Amino acid sequence: MELLIHAARVLLGTAMDVLPIAAVIVGFQVLVLRRPVKNAGRVALGFFYVLIGLSLFLLGLEEALFPLGRLMAEQLTAHEFIDTSWPAALIPGFDWLDYAWVYAFAFAIGFATTIAEPSLIAVAIKASDVSAGAIGVRGLRISVAIGVAVGISLGTYRIVVGDPIHWYIITGYVVVMIQTVFAPKMIIPLAYDSGGVTTSTVTVPLVAALGLGLAESVPGRNPLIDGFGLIAFASLFPIMSVMAYAQLAAWRGRSRQPETEYDPHVAPDIPDFPQE
Amino acid sequence: MSALTPFLSFLRSLLQSLRDLTPIIAVVAFFELVVLHQPLPDVGGLLVGLLFTVLGLTFFIYGLEMGLFPIGESMAYDFARKGNLVWLLLFAFALGFGTTVAEPALIAVAGEAAQAAAVAGVIDGDAAAQDSYAYGLRMTVALSVGVAIVIGVFRILKGWPIQYFIIGGYVLVMLMTTQAPREIIGIAYDSGGVTTSTITVPLVTALGVGLASSIRGRNPLVDGFGLIAFASLTPMIFVMAYGILV
Repeated sequence: MELLIHAARVLLGTAMDVLPIAAVIVGFQVLVLRRPVKNAGRVALGFFYVLIGLSLFLLGLEEALFPLGRLMAEQLTAHEFIDTSWPAALIPGFDWLDYAWVYAFAFAIGFATTIAEPSLIAVAIKASDVSAGAIGVRGLRISVAIGVAVGISLGTYRIVVGDPIHWYIITGYVVVMIQTVFAPKMIIPLAYDSGGVTTSTVTVPLVAALGLGLAESVPGRNPLIDGFGLIAFASLFPIMSVMAYAQLAAWRGRSRQPETEYDPHVAPDIPDFPQE
Repeated sequence: MSALTPFLSFLRSLLQSLRDLTPIIAVVAFFELVVLHQPLPDVGGLLVGLLFTVLGLTFFIYGLEMGLFPIGESMAYDFARKGNLVWLLLFAFALGFGTTVAEPALIAVAGEAAQAAAVAGVIDGDAAAQDSYAYGLRMTVALSVGVAIVIGVFRILKGWPIQYFIIGGYVLVMLMTTQAPREIIGIAYDSGGVTTSTITVPLVTALGVGLASSIRGRNPLVDGFGLIAFASLTPMIFVMAYGILV
């Protein structure tokens, strides 16, 4: 029963997310474009699938993984768990190493949640379509996930040592600018995009919990001020990792087989978009 | 094609979704069992949740290919045929503003930002002042995403290289960082990441790619992507401006 109520609430929340978009689309389609939608029934069914799919996805995460993930973020950042024994004793002044497990968790959970992020899957499928397989779905997702993992890990380190966030972000920007000059031109828009798509449904709730837990546990940090910023790291670093991935691929040569990760037969009868 | 084909491809999608979720399961299990030395609580509930997640991801991917991608591209194509720039830009704005203003993640972040501002003494601590601050912030971010999609669509039409815009935006962010109050900076940087929801991203991507494919001389890969990048950049600028002005 409790599950049913929860399910209804999640479904309602997702519907609230879908409705404004549907309203904008229908409004412009009917009032401005005044053209019938091709395969309107199929498109409507697709929207229904998105609604049901996202609701089930969120419900599953909220039932199973989010509570556990949040609990773990709390436990790993709690005072009792912080291991002050070995590194500080060996190397004086290196007490940020006490939080080694936190960085490891940040890295691992950043990578894992990004691999499951639905909007990244969407962008990767589209990029693979458009590039005729030259940009692989899998390669793009893994390089974005590595970027997020490194970013969140560094972000937790920043919270522990208490450095101002802007020095990290500005340094990151400079690196992105330098990479932009050298990276293959076709990857640049996609790389910039991948910063924005990484952080949505799956990543944000877990990462926010980690940031707030850490800012509460480290002495001298204010959760309201220092707890923010992990999302920013998670949006910046994939830009670098995707450009680096493309750079490496360009250096290695382009003799690879195109990947077919997602089966094109999933939706076989959608006609390809007409190209002029 | 046999009658089994759709069923088999559904099964394949399910397996694919399961594979996408394996890393999360592995990370949670490893830290729970090996690092924290605690047994997994409620294994039955976990498995049910996992089943929901796998089914949900599979349905979402079907819905992408059937609904979000085709409608985004067909609307881009129709707008290009119609050739009316004003309507296209208005649509771009409505899509950006409309999808952001009700975004739950944004509502949550705006509330936290208002709390942070109250603690820092920027605004009064009472609920009314915090609510109006949070509301203003939300509108600011939604406006910034609307503007972002408009600029991004205009760039696609003109075929201008994206890096000048983004790097110009970065320089602006850096300059504003020196002026903005300290407690708004972290929130401003984060706001870029939370604006783009799971439904907006595929739709906006399809719109960009569709526009770039239906205009002669544009490359869908080089010109079609980049709308999300604008939508992640402008909120930072607008939120810091809000912090400086309010």
